[in-house]
Amino acid sequence: MEKMSKQELKEKAQELRLEILDMTTRAGSGHPSSSWSSVEIVTALYFGGVLSYKPDEPWWEDRDRFIMSKGHAAPLLYAALAHAGYFDKKELLRLREVGSPVQGHPIQGMMPGVEATTGSLGQGLSLGIGHVLGGRLADKKYRVYVLLGDGECEAGQIWEAAMAAAHFKAGNLVAILDYNKFQETGPISREIALEPLVEKWQSFGWTVHEVNGHDLKEILDKFQLAKQLEATGKPQIIIAHTIKGKGVSFVEADFTFHGRALNAEQAELAREEINAAR
Amino acid sequence: MQLGKKAGLELCDQPLRNIFGDALLDLARANPKVVVLDGDLGNSTKAEYVRQEFPDRFFNIGIAESNLVGIGAGLAGAGYYPFIVSFSSFLLCNAYDQIRLAVAMSEINATVIGSHGGITLGKDGPTQMGIEDLALMGGLPTFTIIVPSDPATMHAAVKAAPQIKGPVFIRSSRVPMPYIYPMENTPFEVGKANIVRDGADLSIIGCGMMVSAGMDAAALLAKKGIEARVLDLHTIRPMDLDAITASARDTGAIVCAEEHLLQGGMGSNVARVVAEQHPVPMRFVGLEDTYVESGDPWDLLKKYHLTAEDIASAGEEVVKAKKAV
Repeated sequence: MEKMSKQELKEKAQELRLEILDMTTRAGSGHPSSSWSSVEIVTALYFGGVLSYKPDEPWWEDRDRFIMSKGHAAPLLYAALAHAGYFDKKELLRLREVGSPVQGHPIQGMMPGVEATTGSLGQGLSLGIGHVLGGRLADKKYRVYVLLGDGECEAGQIWEAAMAAAHFKAGNLVAILDYNKFQETGPISREIALEPLVEKWQSFGWTVHEVNGHDLKEILDKFQLAKQLEATGKPQIIIAHTIKGKGVSFVEADFTFHGRALNAEQAELAREEINAAR
Repeated sequence: MQLGKKAGLELCDQPLRNIFGDALLDLARANPKVVVLDGDLGNSTKAEYVRQEFPDRFFNIGIAESNLVGIGAGLAGAGYYPFIVSFSSFLLCNAYDQIRLAVAMSEINATVIGSHGGITLGKDGPTQMGIEDLALMGGLPTFTIIVPSDPATMHAAVKAAPQIKGPVFIRSSRVPMPYIYPMENTPFEVGKANIVRDGADLSIIGCGMMVSAGMDAAALLAKKGIEARVLDLHTIRPMDLDAITASARDTGAIVCAEEHLLQGGMGSNVARVVAEQHPVPMRFVGLEDTYVESGDPWDLLKKYHLTAEDIASAGEEVVKAKKAV
């Protein structure tokens, strides 16, 4: 994939937002707000020259791995893969249809490039460690990126994996935490608090970076820094401060959109906003 | 009490778990893609045999079964063949969701070893016993489920596992089992049950240690003039429908025996086949709805009615029921 200019990347992010809108509104369900909050992170990975991949050879042994641990952001994953050339964009509109491989949450291998089955939260980081250990055994140089939701950091398995990643000196494991501060039921700080998050990860032996999760340049700089720090052998996490529903003001203002698609009328308003920001 | 004695079987001098360790080591020697994931019980499950020879391909993930399964699944994604090994109780009950998504639903090629299945781990008590593992595995479509009945079938099952498409579960055990089959050229085909003794009056269908217990029961019944077929149903899924149907048809009565809860285990699945294909009177030997307790394995088998005598008396009953039909 040719590396895109800053302007092209910004444009790509908005294109993905529109895809997510169309997919979920057409399906009448899904998680648009959780998908929108991660758009810039995933845009940077697939279109900013971070990930090394071959869309026509999706299971290329040397590919960098991207694991969407927050599986409810599946529409974003599918949109990114389609735009990266893994499959036809037409497939996106079959999200959540009977007989379609574009499942509500990702199923490993069901679509080319879908690396893991996720949707029951908390599982992706462990899978990432497995890929790190396998790559090491096979003497591969690939990197492993895992996108975590903030709510899923309430799961014990995340912390089992955090401990193991440091033990196994997984320097080529980079977690990105989409810290939009909301889980399904409400604000995380109200429901079951995660803070102090930076200190938690540090105490588990990780190098912690923080970014504005909607600033593509900042995100790309951190991914670059993470590559440079790989040799330290410390796993790394980029805590990306984001806004749930980013890009559509009335969704940003209403966390109850978590598992809810926009209706046709709302979708038109959203489309106008997203297009206006292009 | 010695398992298989009445049937004239020779008891292996090592517990089945040691045989599993040997088999896994053989496989690791033959196949460089095999990796072993341990939940800090390698010295109990005997997965540690691999650690000694291939430390690079052995990963102790610690007492964290969810992570254990996830890392194993990730290694499969990286092109390796993982054996994920722990006690069946801890592994399945702690990491059921991880096995469900990352292994079963993802249909990866991997083997989950549920060691210390059943109640014969004995003195450590019910917290450690895997009396529900087959029921739990039954809830995971895509898994092949194997319960070896002797040292030869344990070797054969471990060797066969990486050839099977999709995930595999193999139950291992803490106690020694008698040799039912020869160690060389063992007749073992996944999904194909073996008739290990033939008879016309009833069929005893069992898995694991209950196959040799069933053979002992057949010896007891023979003294009373009742001849039993004993079917080793070593593969619970895919189930050998033909062998079960043939046994129902040929003998007209069936006793199922398993070291597991009756609810959701081997027997209830056999009953479904029999009910559909060729209904005949059936009896079931296994654990009623109960947890077991600490104790000597053989005392426990006796107290909870899992002995050859229990199978034989169920056999007499089912033959009577058949005659009454």
